Amino acid sequence: MEMVVVAPPAPGKLEDLKRRFFATPLQALLSLISLAIMVFLAWKLLNWAIFSAVFTASGGPEACEAAAGACWSVIAARWRIILFGLYPFEEQWRSALACVSVVVMTVLSCIPAFWTGRRIALVWGTGTALYYLLMKGGVLGLPYVGEEAWGGLALTLFIFVTTCLIGFPLAICLALMRRSELPWISRTTGIIIDGVRSLPLISILFTFAIVLPFALPQWLVGDKLYRVILGSALFFSAYQAEIVRGGMQGVSAGQEEAAMALGMSYWQRIGRILLPQAMRNALPATINQFVISFKETSLVVIVGFFEILASGNAAYGTGEWRFAYVEVYAFIAFIYFVFVFSLSRYGAFLERRMAVGER
Amino acid sequence: MVSLLRNQKVRNALLQVLYVGSLAALVLAGIVIARRNLADQGITSGFDFLYKSTGWDVNFSLLPATANDPYWWFFLIGIINTLFLGTIGLMLATLVGTIVGLARTSSNELAQLLGRTYVDIFRNIPLILQVFFWYALITHLPTPRAAHEAFGMLLTSRGLYIPFPNVGGVALALAILAVIAAIALPVWLGRTSRLSQPFGERSAIQLIGAAAALACAVLILIIGRLPDEPFIDFPALQGLNLRGGLRIPPEFSALAIAIAIYGGSYIAEIVRGGFKAVGKGQMEAALSLGLSPWRVFTLVRLPLALRAMLPILANQYVWLMKATTMGIAVGFTDFFMIVALTINHSGQTLEAIGILMAGFLAINLSLAAIFNRINKAIALKGNQLRG
Repeated sequence: MEMVVVAPPAPGKLEDLKRRFFATPLQALLSLISLAIMVFLAWKLLNWAIFSAVFTASGGPEACEAAAGACWSVIAARWRIILFGLYPFEEQWRSALACVSVVVMTVLSCIPAFWTGRRIALVWGTGTALYYLLMKGGVLGLPYVGEEAWGGLALTLFIFVTTCLIGFPLAICLALMRRSELPWISRTTGIIIDGVRSLPLISILFTFAIVLPFALPQWLVGDKLYRVILGSALFFSAYQAEIVRGGMQGVSAGQEEAAMALGMSYWQRIGRILLPQAMRNALPATINQFVISFKETSLVVIVGFFEILASGNAAYGTGEWRFAYVEVYAFIAFIYFVFVFSLSRYGAFLERRMAVGER
Repeated sequence: MVSLLRNQKVRNALLQVLYVGSLAALVLAGIVIARRNLADQGITSGFDFLYKSTGWDVNFSLLPATANDPYWWFFLIGIINTLFLGTIGLMLATLVGTIVGLARTSSNELAQLLGRTYVDIFRNIPLILQVFFWYALITHLPTPRAAHEAFGMLLTSRGLYIPFPNVGGVALALAILAVIAAIALPVWLGRTSRLSQPFGERSAIQLIGAAAALACAVLILIIGRLPDEPFIDFPALQGLNLRGGLRIPPEFSALAIAIAIYGGSYIAEIVRGGFKAVGKGQMEAALSLGLSPWRVFTLVRLPLALRAMLPILANQYVWLMKATTMGIAVGFTDFFMIVALTINHSGQTLEAIGILMAGFLAINLSLAAIFNRINKAIALKGNQLRG
């Protein structure tokens, strides 16, 4: 017997629209309100940022201030101070190259082919060394530039990268110690982790920048930048340690028992069995932690660093551009947004990618 | 000796002693060096300084404060400021987050898009940048002479002036308590009244309770009003200055707005996750029982979602409470800024840092305790736990 299948008539564009947005009076109302808000905001924003905006600095700040829209000429006039801070003008290409090296390093470490311990260490090691060489100079004919002159986006990236570079191994150590079978080690580490986590980052940065020099012998004080990086790395590692520990708890106990039965040593078990699986479990949360700590580098402005937020404050703070604070903050927010949004999108992509392997 | 080291137990004990001992030695050495360095600067350690007068002022305080007050009083003011800003920020952030989160979970695609755009934009910009932005925006508002006016409120570069009832401090505190009771009473009545009572009767009791508490609040305000003054004090221009009303300083409003917007974007995601965790079958069951959509939402969907999101929400609240320390960026005298100022002015570095740690530990632990209690109260009980 033959069955006759009658396909329902394909809904037209209009029908589809009606079904999706105007199914019930309430839905219609909601759609209309949302649409009104969107159109209003989009129009306001576009009008401010593009249609009535001034892009060139030809008229000077006065002509710019009179404009109805945004005054992007403040960025044209001040982008160098925002991106590079107080770095010597002729040498700013080095600061730019250093930023590029950090970005390339981050992009490389996002590619799965680089996800072995050795390769990732190599990428991050070379990237950071390259950055340091370019910024500091003193070799290969590059003039020396001290840390106190570093600033802007380059400083933000440096703090972020070194925080992760120091914080990540520290986090793994802390996580391993917290799950140690020796009660005093696990308990003490637990107190350290929970203690750091209960404090706000600002107070830790403040302690490391301003209070710690009192508590250190003269020869150990070092530059404020490195102390603050240490503090921020400690904070990062306390959070990351809990994430790694969570990942370790997701590895079934049988795995370790099997490794033990094979006669593997502690370090073999950790390095070859436990950590690879734990890191896989912890990857989404880890990316999230990277995102958070990138945003939190901005807090160093409080202990007196000239990173991108402070250089932004300086860019509009002086005399003639005093009115253009919205434009400067929008520019900085956009830079942060590009970095943070792409990182978090990457995190979402990873989560989808890993869900494929779930059974 | 070598054979002793081969013994696992001895090795373990040694390892632990070494670890804890070296950490303790590090901390002790730090304290000893710090005490010596501070003593060289003529600062004696100890907590005696708490009873000395500070000699500086705070720009925001709910309690009376002068430069003659002792340090312990300023620390108390700092903690209260932090809690006050935190509470207002949390409430606003929860409000924003609930609205945006509901928009994201709604069946309307346009509302979803709106919610997602909000979350994507504000979650990806650091909080301190948003604080700076709002602070700059508010301090660039017109001077009092050219203030924006709306609903009796005045928007100026010196802050937001709002009309305020002319009542004494005690009456105000009592009235606030009564308002809190008006919110808490219906919840409590709803929990204690018998489930066998018909639904309409229960909600009537709840309504009466809330109304009675609100009436109490109004009564307290009327009794406690200051004599010979208009009941509600409107801000108005007098000469070059504004008189009357309540002034909300720019520092406070910038922080509260930033925390509300930034925290709201995080809470929106938590709310969305909570609603996503509610099983489809439970909603279908509720609908098939003939409950109206509103009833399904308030009686089934919301309580279940709340249960799923509360633990994450508690973490977020603790985080937001700590975020009040951004106050130092714009000069709001929160707990951390008081500590920083104390270190600057008195040099009692170690003691102040100790107080800072103790204060935040206390705040975090009490928040955690409150949420654990709430969590326990609404968690699944008994044998209804099923996979």
